[in-house]
Amino acid sequence: MKERIIGRVKRVNGPVLIVKDITNAMMMEMVRIGEQQLVGEVVKLYDGLATVQVYEDATGICPGDNVYGSGMSLSVELAPGLIGTIYDGIQRPLEKLMEASGAFISRGLSYDAVDHGKQWEFTPVVEAGTIVYAGMVIATVEETSRVQHRIIIPPQYQEATLSEIVPAGSYTVDEVIATLVLPDGKQQKITMVQKWPIRIPRPVASRLALKQPLVTGLRVIDTLFPLAKGGTVAIPGGFGTGKTMTQHSIAQWCDADIIVYIGCGERGNEMTDVLREFPLLVDPRTGQSLMERTILIANTSNMPVSAREASIYTGITMAEYYRDQGYHVAIMADSTSRWAEALRELSGRMEEMPAEEGFPAYLPTRIAQFYERAGFMRNLSGSDGSVSIIGAVSPPGGDFSEPVTQHTKRFVRCFWGLDRQLASSRHYPAISWLDSYSEYLGDVTQWWNDHSDGSWYENRLRIMDLLQKEVRLQQIVKLVGPDALPDTQNFILEVCSLFKTAFLQQNAFDEVDRFCSVEKQVKMLAVILAYYEKGMEAINKGVPMVKIRRLRAVQEMARMRLTVKGDELDKIDKIQLRLERSIDQIGGIYEN
Amino acid sequence: MKTNTESLMAQSDRRLLSGREYRGASRIDGPLVYMRNTHPVGFGELVEVVTPDGARRSGQVLDTSDEVVVVQVFEGTDSLTLPGTGMRFMGEPLTLPVSEQMLGRVMNGLGKSRDGSGTIHGFAERDVNGVPINPTAREYPRDFIQTGISVIDGMTTLIQGQKLPIFSGNGLDHNQLAAQIARQAKVRGSEGDFCIVFAAMGVKHDVARFFTNSFEESGVLDNVALFLSLADDPSIERTITPKTALTLAEHLAFDKGKQVLVIMTDMTNYCESLREIGTMRGEIPSRKGYPGYLYSNLAEIYERSGKITGKSGSITQLPILSMPNDDISHPVPDLTGYITEGQIVFERGMQARGIYPPINCLPSLSRLMKDGIGEGMTREDHPHLANQLFASYSHVKDVQNLASVIGEEELTTLDQQYLEFGNFFEKRFVNQGFDEDRSIEQTLDLGWDALGKLPSEELQRLSDEEIAEHYGR
Repeated sequence: MKERIIGRVKRVNGPVLIVKDITNAMMMEMVRIGEQQLVGEVVKLYDGLATVQVYEDATGICPGDNVYGSGMSLSVELAPGLIGTIYDGIQRPLEKLMEASGAFISRGLSYDAVDHGKQWEFTPVVEAGTIVYAGMVIATVEETSRVQHRIIIPPQYQEATLSEIVPAGSYTVDEVIATLVLPDGKQQKITMVQKWPIRIPRPVASRLALKQPLVTGLRVIDTLFPLAKGGTVAIPGGFGTGKTMTQHSIAQWCDADIIVYIGCGERGNEMTDVLREFPLLVDPRTGQSLMERTILIANTSNMPVSAREASIYTGITMAEYYRDQGYHVAIMADSTSRWAEALRELSGRMEEMPAEEGFPAYLPTRIAQFYERAGFMRNLSGSDGSVSIIGAVSPPGGDFSEPVTQHTKRFVRCFWGLDRQLASSRHYPAISWLDSYSEYLGDVTQWWNDHSDGSWYENRLRIMDLLQKEVRLQQIVKLVGPDALPDTQNFILEVCSLFKTAFLQQNAFDEVDRFCSVEKQVKMLAVILAYYEKGMEAINKGVPMVKIRRLRAVQEMARMRLTVKGDELDKIDKIQLRLERSIDQIGGIYEN
Repeated sequence: MKTNTESLMAQSDRRLLSGREYRGASRIDGPLVYMRNTHPVGFGELVEVVTPDGARRSGQVLDTSDEVVVVQVFEGTDSLTLPGTGMRFMGEPLTLPVSEQMLGRVMNGLGKSRDGSGTIHGFAERDVNGVPINPTAREYPRDFIQTGISVIDGMTTLIQGQKLPIFSGNGLDHNQLAAQIARQAKVRGSEGDFCIVFAAMGVKHDVARFFTNSFEESGVLDNVALFLSLADDPSIERTITPKTALTLAEHLAFDKGKQVLVIMTDMTNYCESLREIGTMRGEIPSRKGYPGYLYSNLAEIYERSGKITGKSGSITQLPILSMPNDDISHPVPDLTGYITEGQIVFERGMQARGIYPPINCLPSLSRLMKDGIGEGMTREDHPHLANQLFASYSHVKDVQNLASVIGEEELTTLDQQYLEFGNFFEKRFVNQGFDEDRSIEQTLDLGWDALGKLPSEELQRLSDEEIAEHYGR
């Protein structure tokens, strides 16, 4: 690769270079610069010149330095061994970098994304002589105890005959495991490694309708604003409103098969927290470590800005690869604003004409391209898989009218707005029930009703209605004080306040509360609505509200999220029974 | 292959040519000097600028191309002339000679002596721009630093290796607070090797003197390295000051195993200098005229903190920044908040009510607090207690708003109890003396005293056992 010189550096302006004497450079080609072999990418070609974006710190690059072409676009390596690894924005394994250069990251290093020396237990599932097609599964490899890696025919071979396949046994990813005879008679040897350019979506057979919710275990999301598998959601919030915490919770407890967590321009210590915490956490569904389904990408805020721009694509390409194997993948991108700002920074360095707030005019196109790579797909192999994107947005000053939030809103169908007021009073997750919405409601209603004896949709509407009423009542209270309201209205305030503390709030550090099963959510919502129903009846009979809110069962209800474990849900039924009985009792006294 | 040979020749030439002096600039504009007809010069290279009268200044290459090299001169371009300006390109990035002997010294933004006690000798040359720490090599910070200030220790706990900025405004007591933290900060149970690196960017002479005196009085001056770039020094020098300071801090922490507290004041001045250079170069501005790379640039500073696995030292950053017009959504505090692990926010109203430190704990936050407090670190009731204080104090604000509409007399008994709680919390818990050093136990007990003003049913974030043990004692 060193031999093919595509040009020489003319000008250096931070991470953007102008290269002259261009011979045969390709658009989006990956290049290496100078004797230090820094990684870069061609982003523009004109008049014998090229603009190159450098993925590492540009210090020391000189006019006159050679630029070497690699002959291919910026690509990622797809093979067994991705899971459980932590990468930088251009898929270099950070642990390998640490072995090479210690605690600080040196420049010009290059490593394979997966370990090419490791032996994998390979089990073929087809025999030699079979006609194979793109995306077809030809073998399996136990990647981790919970992920079975399916070796698929690379998408570029539409159809071929499998002339040879190695028998079951241990192989490294570099060994030839099969030979294809292509329609034109050529032989093609294949290994377990595939390369795929990060900016091009991997092909699928077709897009399917979204039907299943992505269960996150967070009540405010699952019950009020559900996300569908294959869906897209934005989480905007100013700093300190808990975007990262929400992302962590979802990454830990959601029911996807594979998680790709992209730390895009975020804090170093936060990534260390993820690295330290994930291996220790146990998945409540399978009892295995959460790291066995997670790929991490850490491009912290002080790492080069171009790599930050690439990190989002690196992540989604790996996600698509697992989707092609028939898995449900969820991507957390924290935060897409940092990615957009990287675009702005690079665009500024290239002296492009800016649009809103200095962002390039193609910002909405790029955002749309990224979110459209999500979906519930019928794969080439005929299996189904999905990629869901959960993108955090960090609007400057917490102002949701800025370009990144606004454009993101156009291309996602679900919106979990974080509220500073809630965060200040330590109401977590601080997802506002007034600003947020989900367009997937209709898509997942069937599923939820099947899992709640048909009550979910109805109950959700009722509680949302109460929350809306509460807003209006609160405005009156602000003017005249709570004493001026009749008990029937005060009781609505009371129920909503209980709903907020007992249901919407969730403690991410509490063993019991951090994950709430679908069944528990359904029951909790039902008991709170029963409280409203029964209480209202009693108040109409003349019972003063104070009597009702002091009931022991109400106190129990307020703490049920912490006290009722996942396997003892009948406790909630008992609370409901006691509650109804005691309200009936008081009601009885006042009736007579 | 012709190009290849040419390039190799160019490279060896470059090595020979570095250090050679060129004379005659083509343009001088603010702190920037443009130089034509040089050998190929590397991006970010260190430059020695020779003034017409023979004095030396340092600079750095900001932009380099075949035609022209743009150099920023850190000591400013006063008295430079077009024909009389000389330049030597040193062929290496800007470095700082570092050593432990820099503790106890006063330096300028470039690390050169300004206390008149002779030149400073460094033993190792370090690139001032630093290199990013590999996230896998970091150790997650979890050692609690006791600052002796209740509202910080109790509500926004400072952790060793954290970057926790103070968002302040003009005329507020942030300097007093920073000095008090520098005096009182300790990790309990370990006699760590503490030292302070202090970087001043564009601050007034009396502020610098205040800090020096305060360090002197408490007898820590020998453990402090001061990098001063004062308000009347060239503004461009401020853009390098935090970097030189952090370069020394990294040496002290990761080579010498010290626990380093870095105080940087005022980051807003630093950002303004960046804006100045950006405008001068005709860059496309983003918000409020600040350059588009402000986030990346600030991140390169703030991320130079933390702990590294296998090394005993740590860097804790306490940047101070003044919010122009007390506006927290101004780009500088805003971007800072997105990078740092929390923030301590000052409120003018509290200072007016005579409360020191005037910290409003509601918008304040310490992101690393959750793993550094509780049993075995501070006290087992700390997490829930802090949570309860936040929730209750936040309700106080609602009640105060209500009271301002309907009058205090119209409030329910419960709401009046909340007002009383709020009053006690501000006057007794938050408010403390400039020299008052409270232990964490005193702080937590004071918190319980404040909650004693509320009925126990209101304390929903505390467990029954905690209430039984501490409430009303």
